[in-house]
Amino acid sequence: MSNVILEVKDLTTKYITRFHENIYAVDHVSLKVEEGKSLGIAGESGCGKSTLALSLMGYYFAPLHYTSGEIIIDGRKITGMDPDDIRKSILGTEISYIPQGAMNSLNPTQKVIHFIEDVIQAHDPYKTKKDIYEFAREGFETLGLPAEVLQKYPVELSGGMKQRTVIATSVILFPKVLIADEPSSALDVTSQKMVIKMLKNLMEDGFIKSLIFITHELPLLYNVTDDIMVMYAGQIVEKGTAKEAVLDPLHPYAKGLMGSIIVPESGLRDVKLSAIPGVPPNLKNPPFGCRFAERCKYVLPECTAISPGLREIDGDRAYRCILPEKELREAYTKEVFIREACQNVG
Amino acid sequence: MSDEKNSCLKASGLTKVFGLGRMKCVAVDHVDFDLCETEIVSIVGESGSGKTTLAKLLLGLINPTEGEVYFQGKKRDISTQKKKKEYWKNIQAIFQDPYCSYNIFNKIDTVLLDCIYMRGGRNLPHAKKVELMAEACSFVNLKFEELTNKYPFELSGGQMQRLMIARIFLLKPKILLADEPTSMIDACSRATILDMLMQLRNEIGMTVIFITHDIGLAYYVSDTVYIMEHGKFVESGCADDVILHPKAAYTRRLISDVPKIHEEWDLSTV
Repeated sequence: MSNVILEVKDLTTKYITRFHENIYAVDHVSLKVEEGKSLGIAGESGCGKSTLALSLMGYYFAPLHYTSGEIIIDGRKITGMDPDDIRKSILGTEISYIPQGAMNSLNPTQKVIHFIEDVIQAHDPYKTKKDIYEFAREGFETLGLPAEVLQKYPVELSGGMKQRTVIATSVILFPKVLIADEPSSALDVTSQKMVIKMLKNLMEDGFIKSLIFITHELPLLYNVTDDIMVMYAGQIVEKGTAKEAVLDPLHPYAKGLMGSIIVPESGLRDVKLSAIPGVPPNLKNPPFGCRFAERCKYVLPECTAISPGLREIDGDRAYRCILPEKELREAYTKEVFIREACQNVG
Repeated sequence: MSDEKNSCLKASGLTKVFGLGRMKCVAVDHVDFDLCETEIVSIVGESGSGKTTLAKLLLGLINPTEGEVYFQGKKRDISTQKKKKEYWKNIQAIFQDPYCSYNIFNKIDTVLLDCIYMRGGRNLPHAKKVELMAEACSFVNLKFEELTNKYPFELSGGQMQRLMIARIFLLKPKILLADEPTSMIDACSRATILDMLMQLRNEIGMTVIFITHDIGLAYYVSDTVYIMEHGKFVESGCADDVILHPKAAYTRRLISDVPKIHEEWDLSTV
């Protein structure tokens, strides 16, 4: 078994609003990423994906607060460390983050080289500008970006190029874990492919050891990551390898998500896409019992009474539902059977 | 196809040039197309291929450098503000960013009431207006009772975009131009929006022009697909033909750029 780079045990973080209400956006999340592996996190807007990404860095600022749990990076526990220590010795070198709006995270009045100077000098204040330039040029060329980019202002770059510059800046100090939070949601398909290729190359070239990729595009996750985790209302509802989670989901919510996949393949037009009705629950006072109960097609009276735990089945597969695997599968086959019967009659 | 159905919107030799001399940039280059009634047409291309400029030309927001637009067989005349307003009763748009599409000072009731006024319903009794608004909201799976006295920015992105479709439902234009309506919202609400566009066509008989960079979405929703590269159409035809048997190299590249489930996604071709 290869060594575990990032391990998270029962992490809970909350937002405190100005009316002093607690919103638990990440609720007892445990995960493990091994060396050379990538983990994808899927879910709809507002399910806590981005909060989880922020929480994983161990650096909290209001309104986000740490409640309980542990984060261990390469054998080193980072929860409970002094925020200043985290900023100096963890961020950038151990764990790095690409924000969601990476296109807008470059200061328009500074040249690209300035951001890299900022990053490097935060860790090594005695490095000269000339050394930094040489270091950055080498790094950029390995990543397949032209060195001229360093002397340009962000406005001179295209969207895809800006995104790749942000990625290059965040991995310049060789972090062990890279968290990419929707790096391609604002790009067109061609630039998206370039960004994905770059992320894959990062792993192969040894810039990073493992990758956490967050997006709501399932076909993308399926092609990029080894494992997939589906989140709903701050909790993990399904966990498994990419193939298992996309082609054979167990949790009803994951099943619903897979019904919204659109890919240009033959047969797409014959299928009626199914969106999940309703909206996610308000996390200010989450519903008791299963959080997905009110939107679930297969809801039972017990669902609102018992909070289901994460049910582990063989290997790393897990899902959060009160029904055992066999009964869930029976319910799915029955539904397909009824739908086909209706189509034949209609 | 145009033999059976009436031509609704036609463009011939439509060109738009930005800048002069060395800075000259031809955004839309002699585009010809013919749009039949009750058809869903997709225009697909990557960023910078001139999709949005073409949309603005069709809407009459910018004037073409060359070429003409024909609406229902007649030359479009938008020389004065009054004629423009008359034209906009027939063609409406949904834009990419729902957060910027609303007047932040107007409540949702006002947004919807304005649409009723535009259709000449100013003198209807209040109960009838509420009924119309509730009908439009239920068409897009929103509850009107929950929306009254709220502002658009209190809704989520997907709900805002659905409210935009409710507006279109009230206005009942002949043509709807949807410029990347799903690019800012997540994959789960995307299917709902696309289904609503198809419903508008099936139930009201609207003609829909759908602009996107994702060829998968175009394939799902449209009857006819136009592929645009550098301001020109490189391929057009029935959706099944274009996507399952692409001829142009550019179309093949666009298809290969989209991640797939049942086929291998080749990353080496970038």
